Amino acid sequence: MTVALSGKDIAARVEEKLPGSLEDSGDDYLLVKADSLVAVAEFLKNTESLNFDYFNFVTAVDYYSYFEVVYRLESVEHNHSIVIKTRCYDRDNPAVPSLAGLWQGANFQEREVYDLMGIKFEGHPNLKRMFLWDGFEGHPLRKDWNK
Amino acid sequence: MTTTEIMTLKTEPFVLNFGPVHPSTHGVYRMRTTLDGEVVIDLEPVVGYLHRGIEKLTEERTYGGIIPLTDRLDYISPMSNNLAYCLAVEKLAGIKIPERAEYIRVIMAELQRLANHCIAVGSFLNDAGAYFTPFMYTFRERERIVDLFEMVCGQRLTYNYMRIGGVSQDIPEEFLPALNKLLDRLAVFIEEYETLLKENEILLARSKGVGILERDIAIACGMSGPVARASGIKRDLRKDDPYSIYDRFEFDIATCENGDCYDRYRVRIEEMRQSLCILRQAVKDIPGGPVKADVPHLIRPPAGEAYGHLEAPKGELGFYIVSDNSIAPYRCHIRPTSLINLGALRDMVKGWKVADLIIIFGSIDITMGEVDR
Repeated sequence: MTVALSGKDIAARVEEKLPGSLEDSGDDYLLVKADSLVAVAEFLKNTESLNFDYFNFVTAVDYYSYFEVVYRLESVEHNHSIVIKTRCYDRDNPAVPSLAGLWQGANFQEREVYDLMGIKFEGHPNLKRMFLWDGFEGHPLRKDWNK
Repeated sequence: MTTTEIMTLKTEPFVLNFGPVHPSTHGVYRMRTTLDGEVVIDLEPVVGYLHRGIEKLTEERTYGGIIPLTDRLDYISPMSNNLAYCLAVEKLAGIKIPERAEYIRVIMAELQRLANHCIAVGSFLNDAGAYFTPFMYTFRERERIVDLFEMVCGQRLTYNYMRIGGVSQDIPEEFLPALNKLLDRLAVFIEEYETLLKENEILLARSKGVGILERDIAIACGMSGPVARASGIKRDLRKDDPYSIYDRFEFDIATCENGDCYDRYRVRIEEMRQSLCILRQAVKDIPGGPVKADVPHLIRPPAGEAYGHLEAPKGELGFYIVSDNSIAPYRCHIRPTSLINLGALRDMVKGWKVADLIIIFGSIDITMGEVDR
């Protein structure tokens, strides 16, 4: 059974190593500050007992007052998973750091989020639209698109 | 020109487009390849030709009304898509489904895996140059599986059979005898097919050692399904994160070590055998009773989020659903197996010739409906 690790437990370990990097944590997620996302992701990936080597998916949700970017990570060796989230409050120019350097699997999926939700992934090697054409106006998965 | 003059001729890499409409690309997929002579030195995938905005559409529909949309993701295996979506909603709303429905779902999911692998293996051999003969054999068998699907839901491609809380209707009386007959037939067919191809010299020459996907790249790219298992990653959600009632069945996870095209083919054949094994157990144990839980037509799951996933024939298919306690999801993200499995294509084809590119791409087994959504 894939064990969904408790967000609270992981949060304690992250806080110990990287104090002040978290905004909040719940039973099943970590809410990371956008500027410490890469450091936390590196910690989760490279700590032996956690070993989150498998990038399951990334997506984003539009809550009007902020965008929430959701990542799900897994470990093939330990068969456990964790959801990490980060928020961007700047609606006009939302940006989070890219994790494509840590996990190759993030490459296409971050492009997809950029295309449909309009969130920029800073440091992405090839950030351009995935499905829609370059001249397309707006980002359709935003709640206020075409309204 | 003399030979020496030819040898010293300057050459330049050039860009060649495959697709979007090309017989080798299995749909509307475009590969922008950079070639040095006949050798692929770079590849850039261009997708989006089949983008229908399914994730956006889900926000305008009721939870039940989304099931037909999922049929149109990976249209080779709609039953698995239906099931993955229903699992996610049931997790979100905390719905328990009746025993008989669980068994019917497993039967449908495994039949779907057989049907999918029939197409995957057939078209792979097609790409390998065995033009349409092996494809026709596998298509013939798939046809019989589709006949069974037609028997239960009246459809042959977009089944729309699963429901939140069970399945739309019970299987008819003649279904199980027909399924038993088909299982015997498929067991013979797989062995017959294997006799023809397992040690076929041309197939071995074309696929053994070709397009190797290293284990660590496969993990880094988030590969799943037969492609990952052929690279030695023993990850199968039916065992690792058992959903529905998969913990009740005995079966093995098919894995190989080399990660080449031949291994991917072998894993699929072995998985077909294992599916037959699961189906036999399911047919033996299926209980009577209702096939749908008492769920209202318009459900309002409590506000929150859930991720439901399963081992679809092509790999991990998941639905991440956010609910705001209304009749439609606030957000529904689909984890697209096919798109993610394409992430390693560039690493797999670099240094191989154009003819190998076709077979390597074919061995991944993707559906554009799921890549573009």
